Amino acid sequence: MVTAGIDVGAKNVKIIIQDNGKVLGKGQVTAGFDTASDIKEALDAGLAEAGVTREQVETIYATGAGRKEVKDADDSYTEVGADAAGAIYLFPSARTVIDVGAEEGRAIKVDEKGKVVDFAINERCAAGAGAFTEAMARALELPLTELGPLSLTSTRAVPMNAQCAVFAESEVVSLIHQKTPKRDIARAVHDAMASRITSMARRVGVEPEVCLIGGVAKNPGFIDSLKRDLEMEILIPEDPEFVSALGAALLAAGIAN
Amino acid sequence: MAKYKIAPLKTWQRAKEIRANYYRDYEAAHEKGGLRWAGGAWTFDAIPAGLGDDVHSITSEPYGATIAYQKEFSDRCLEAAENAGYARDLCSYMRNYWGSILLDEYGWVEPGEERKPFPKPDFVWQDHICCSHAKWYQVVSDLEGGIPTFDIDVAVGPYDKTTKHGIDYVVGQMLDGIDWLEKTTGRKYDDQKLIEAVYNTCRSESTWAEICVLNQAVPAPLEEKTMYSLYVLGTLEKSSQEVADFYEELKAEVEERVANKIAAVENEQARVMTDTQPPWGFLRVFRYMAAKYGCVSIGSLYTFALIGNWLWEDGKFVPRPTPQSQGVELKDREHALRVLAEWELSKPEWQHFYNPKYKSDMMIQIAKDWKLDGVMLHYNRGCEGLSLGIAENRLAILEAGFPVMIFEGNMGDEREFDEARTTARIDSFMESLSIPKLT
Repeated sequence: MVTAGIDVGAKNVKIIIQDNGKVLGKGQVTAGFDTASDIKEALDAGLAEAGVTREQVETIYATGAGRKEVKDADDSYTEVGADAAGAIYLFPSARTVIDVGAEEGRAIKVDEKGKVVDFAINERCAAGAGAFTEAMARALELPLTELGPLSLTSTRAVPMNAQCAVFAESEVVSLIHQKTPKRDIARAVHDAMASRITSMARRVGVEPEVCLIGGVAKNPGFIDSLKRDLEMEILIPEDPEFVSALGAALLAAGIAN
Repeated sequence: MAKYKIAPLKTWQRAKEIRANYYRDYEAAHEKGGLRWAGGAWTFDAIPAGLGDDVHSITSEPYGATIAYQKEFSDRCLEAAENAGYARDLCSYMRNYWGSILLDEYGWVEPGEERKPFPKPDFVWQDHICCSHAKWYQVVSDLEGGIPTFDIDVAVGPYDKTTKHGIDYVVGQMLDGIDWLEKTTGRKYDDQKLIEAVYNTCRSESTWAEICVLNQAVPAPLEEKTMYSLYVLGTLEKSSQEVADFYEELKAEVEERVANKIAAVENEQARVMTDTQPPWGFLRVFRYMAAKYGCVSIGSLYTFALIGNWLWEDGKFVPRPTPQSQGVELKDREHALRVLAEWELSKPEWQHFYNPKYKSDMMIQIAKDWKLDGVMLHYNRGCEGLSLGIAENRLAILEAGFPVMIFEGNMGDEREFDEARTTARIDSFMESLSIPKLT
């Protein structure tokens, strides 16, 4: 059964087309003001990569903050439900799912059947989301893609006290003025963010194994900091930013509960 | 097709009238030669009742909530308080209230009429249940040109550890307070009116608790959004015969609803409780839960026990019988005050100021007895007092096996509540409880 999952996130629209659990195609478009057009563009990209037509897709489920904008959807699931479904499909042993996206961080506790037991959301503070690393990369005059690898070269932990993206930027500026090397500042940024996410995850209880998903899971500097904070290894899927869309597609197919 | 019958409350209009008359009577008291006083909803309002039937109060928390419900006015009040230098993280009821004084605009507006000036109270009669309450009326007095103020300290420990000495301390202040009322108002105090008001207080509070117990029925005859409009009468004037009589009338109606399986939510399929004051400007969240998920909020420790009085020990959470139903006859002033002090200090909502475990135990008992699927806790940035220990309550409720959702907001400051995020969170919670969508 060919189904599609559409994740309308704060920054990107992501599509997964799957058939019996096998991913046929993906599509991703940066979200702009015209959400309907972005959704269509992402869907077209996913269909093209999958080599199927819209008519061959039997069911579409939507998820993400903008899920209500998917007019074609047969049903919708929350980000929490879709995250859990996708992550548990990829890693059945995961009991804690951490999703760090552009504007929001989430920690989800799941039982052995993949059912959501508890969740916590960091929704009112950019310091626990991808937007924070973007702002800090700008302050350091670095491309975002270089921030993570650079921080891995740091050998010194520089404490950042701020737990707020705005104040953290002031702190980064102070560190620059103190001639602190960029690599150490980059690590400090990731350490601060990981601390924020770990604190949120501990509210639901961190039970191994931990699976990290969302766009920020592509940042090696953040992964390194999070592992250090959690004091454990972390499972990371190949396409972490597509896991929520995958979950929605699997729920549409009845493969996930 | 709906699962259950629904019907509007027959007593609804009467409840609205009592509330409207309360604010009108306060405003018009001087025109009729009467007096106006201000104080908290927790205060011992039975005591000023001894000054006469033409003495009317304005209780601060429901007044602050009334303002919060009027978002545009509330924003102006909050800004007025902030412009006067009061910090944004103080109690939002208090800031609404102070803003109303600073703007000199009354929060109660008759339909089709212009907003009137804030009616200045003649004196303040207050108790110190939380740190905000302790300072609230000091500022009110300052803003109103130094109106006389009497405060009672009630910090004598949790009820199960209250000593005779503690009760004596509170009663001593009450006796001093009556002398102060006589001197301040120039009126002779009537002990018989005090005794009647104490009887009414106990009757109002016990009957409201009995009404809440009826909500254990499936389907629930009341939902929390409606309960807010009913329990509030007790926060306005629990010592009045009108309120005590109304609760008895309401109880009879709710019993009838239970007998006839008349539901508050026609497709009830999930039951939750909340906690602390809701974000008053966004009560439609309850409608959303009911319409989309058939989810009824059966109440909360807050709605049950801010006014309701309960026995809460040894795995019980049952209405506290009134002293009069136990054959206690109030003999004189001191006896009435002693009964009143002992009665009010036992109220569940007073206990968590001392230790969150009291509240956790009561909430878990409610979750069991009212057959709940989950609990929605409001991390209320607007009330330090009732949010005290709420994270501990969450852990205890989870430990007891009940799923918990938290949401952040503010009871009286709409700027701190994100409706879209909150409904998204409710969606996630309902999904995690496997509650199917109805729409």
